Amino acid sequence: MNSLKRLAGFIWIALGAIVIYLLFTQAGKEIAEAVAGKRVLLDTQMFWYIIIPIFLPIILGLLLFGWYAFKGEYDVIARDSEHLS
Amino acid sequence: MANSSTTNEGLEPKGLMKVITASSVGTLIEWYDFYIYGAMAVIIAKQFFPQDNPTAAFLAALATFAAGFVVRPFGALVFGRIGDVIGRKYTFLLTLLLMGGSTFAIGLVPGYAKIGMWAPVLILLLRFVQGLALGGEYGGAATYVAEHSPLGRRGYFTSFIQTTATLGFFLSLGVILLTRKSVGVEAFNDWGWRVPFIVSVFLIAISVYIRLKMAESPLFAKIKKEGKISSNPLKESFAKKANLKMVLLALFAAVMGQGVVWYTGQFYAQTFMERTLSIEFEQVRYLLCFAILLATPFFLVFGAWSDKIGRKTIMLGGMLLAIVTYFPIYKTMYSLADPKAKTEVAESSSTGTAVAVNAAGDSTITTTTVKAYTDGCTAKTVKKEVKLADKSKPAPKAETTKTFWLNSSGFWFMMFLVFIQILYVTMVYGPIAAFLVELFPTRIRYTSMSLPYHIGNGIFGGLTPFIATRLFDASKTTENPGGDPYIGLWYPILIAGVCFVIGLLYLPSKNDEDVSD
Repeated sequence: MNSLKRLAGFIWIALGAIVIYLLFTQAGKEIAEAVAGKRVLLDTQMFWYIIIPIFLPIILGLLLFGWYAFKGEYDVIARDSEHLS
Repeated sequence: MANSSTTNEGLEPKGLMKVITASSVGTLIEWYDFYIYGAMAVIIAKQFFPQDNPTAAFLAALATFAAGFVVRPFGALVFGRIGDVIGRKYTFLLTLLLMGGSTFAIGLVPGYAKIGMWAPVLILLLRFVQGLALGGEYGGAATYVAEHSPLGRRGYFTSFIQTTATLGFFLSLGVILLTRKSVGVEAFNDWGWRVPFIVSVFLIAISVYIRLKMAESPLFAKIKKEGKISSNPLKESFAKKANLKMVLLALFAAVMGQGVVWYTGQFYAQTFMERTLSIEFEQVRYLLCFAILLATPFFLVFGAWSDKIGRKTIMLGGMLLAIVTYFPIYKTMYSLADPKAKTEVAESSSTGTAVAVNAAGDSTITTTTVKAYTDGCTAKTVKKEVKLADKSKPAPKAETTKTFWLNSSGFWFMMFLVFIQILYVTMVYGPIAAFLVELFPTRIRYTSMSLPYHIGNGIFGGLTPFIATRLFDASKTTENPGGDPYIGLWYPILIAGVCFVIGLLYLPSKNDEDVSD
């Protein structure tokens, strides 16, 4: 089970990287379309200016979670405060 | 914690019920304050945002709604820290006052027509204060009740706090419906919508009075007496790897999925019925009220059950059911209000046209078409076209409003479909307070549990209607102007799917009984 947990760490890192890539390429594509007049500029800009700053730190958190999982930090879940704080 | 010699035996049942009532009433009112804004997003858009682009106005209101959610994690950090340093009692008293003050003030802000851009700016600021206050409230209330609860029954007792979010939403719908009935639809859209905001000040006064009589949490009082309070809970929570990894686990393995299931069941269902299916305003609210009332007791059922079979099983079970059944549920909802799938009764249908001419000579042509169907459903389409006297100017775009009334059996079946979704909410949300409390030690509990809770619910959950509506609008093309009505469901399904797999792999199956360390 611990091997699976560690191996899955890779998946969370890859997932985080893919989401960052998709987020920026889709935002770039839609904003370019809006500037060219194919979309409503205000709506498009507002959506992406809200979504990117909010989700970026969370995705970085997912990358960190994946890294911890890969390093075996979740092999045993701490149940007492000495191991937590 | 499980091996600790210190046990938390909790209060006598009578004392515990007092604690639960005092905490729950305040939290319920905070949720009420928070949700009346969301429940009136469309009216607020017309009052406070420029009218020329209805989509922009609607998105702006949802963004303000989202702003309330996005700010919540910051409230969690600010008030979580205060709660871990000064104490639970005074912190959630402060959040209650901030929430009440800002809600009352929203009810008094003049509209865009009177003060221009100041109106949306003021609304946005007040919404920010609401978000901050809510960010600090929940963690305090959940921690406070959990720290009073006896061993082996924490899931049950904290589930009372979990009912408050849904009951707060129910209360907001009830007050809105009552006000609308009392003053009439036109007056409600004009000024009556302010009443539910202003009423809040009385509810807050009652709650502050109750909370002032409460004592500090026994576990917090104990560590304070022993001088074990954290001097810097933020640093301890997020700069120490041992604790940070638990914060990340709480977020990605539980709260993220719980947030999207909650907001899909309660809020995206409402947006879907109103915006995609055009079901009439009051029918939607009555339907939601019934579904919420019937589902609410299940928070307690699943909370208590989680004490016996574990939090993980119930929370992940709710997520899995949601992932598997969302598409069939929403397809059935769509079929209940799809005019194309119904047979029209030609002799009961009618079309009327009215023309109004203003002083400038511009004429407004209103065409109203009412269609009756063999199954008892009714649809009304109102099309407004403006023809300008000055032919050199471009005519404004015609506005079309559609309203659909379900028949009796359709109403109850739709209610059942929403009820099922709220049942999933009770599964994922009922045990979550106990789960989060058990994950962190007393000295940094308020801070540590509040942040993942509000990122999961505020950001992943709170943005569900915003993102799903955006996906639906983006799916509208020239070949398919109606768009894909189900595309918005991919957002909660994917998020809940990832969370389910992470939870299954990494979450411990057994509950942590002792939280007294």
